[in-house]
Amino acid sequence: MIEKKWIGHEFPACVLAIERGRLQFFAKAIGETRSVYTDPSAARAAGFPDLVVPPTFLFAVELDSGALDRVVAELQIPVAKLLHGEQSFTYHRPAYAGDTVTVRSTVTDIYEKKNGALEFVVKSSRALNQRDELVAEFRSVIVCRH
Amino acid sequence: MPSNRFDTVQVGDELPTLQLAPVDRTMLALFAGASGDHNPIHIDIDVARRAGLPDVFAHGMLGMAWLARLITSWMPQSALRRLEVRFLGITHLGNAMQCSGRVIDKLDHEGERCVRVELQSTNQFGQRKIVGEALVALS
Repeated sequence: MIEKKWIGHEFPACVLAIERGRLQFFAKAIGETRSVYTDPSAARAAGFPDLVVPPTFLFAVELDSGALDRVVAELQIPVAKLLHGEQSFTYHRPAYAGDTVTVRSTVTDIYEKKNGALEFVVKSSRALNQRDELVAEFRSVIVCRH
Repeated sequence: MPSNRFDTVQVGDELPTLQLAPVDRTMLALFAGASGDHNPIHIDIDVARRAGLPDVFAHGMLGMAWLARLITSWMPQSALRRLEVRFLGITHLGNAMQCSGRVIDKLDHEGERCVRVELQSTNQFGQRKIVGEALVALS
């Protein structure tokens, strides 16, 4: 049983300096071959300052820092019972290789279905760049199956 | 890339589909490293079996990244305002996912002309694994 007291809990901020090599690796892993995602000079020729950060990459920030693991541990969710239920991103401005992104997350809801057989944790996040500009907001629904 | 003019996009338009190769262990290992999701349930069969599963399975966020590719192959990423998905079921090894999308609405959103695109990711057996929606701004 995940305690409701965690609703409103804010996790420590996570910071990721977005490197070109990491974006090239991510592009390879998702099968993305277009040059604005893989070739810095092609990205610049297309009018971007550097490689474009693809739409779902920012989810990595809290994984790299171990923050998501700590959320799961703090809320005492068994990892083996964990599923990703929903995910959304709202985009405010682009991010590029060379940017440093800070993500702050809050537990915004905890609820159950099927008499507690399924528990849901909703985590809402904001990602800011090094100029404190809002890059994206995202929301994850994590499901724990009992 | 097709025109991103609002008047050339119609409700009912289908996006060019994105067909992926069958999910294999190498794909999952690469995605674990690149995405930062090191949960062993996606890369270590021993851990998956201890959790009562027959084998490792794909990260949900890999499937979402493919749906994002579907959108950004259709319109520039700078036009993407919102992307949301619901994960319906596990994407297993050997599943060859096909990502598809269809324009379902044209609307004004915060002063911009936008379209809503319905998204889905289906395996070769016709099982839907991810459904979702994108909001894309057009000029």
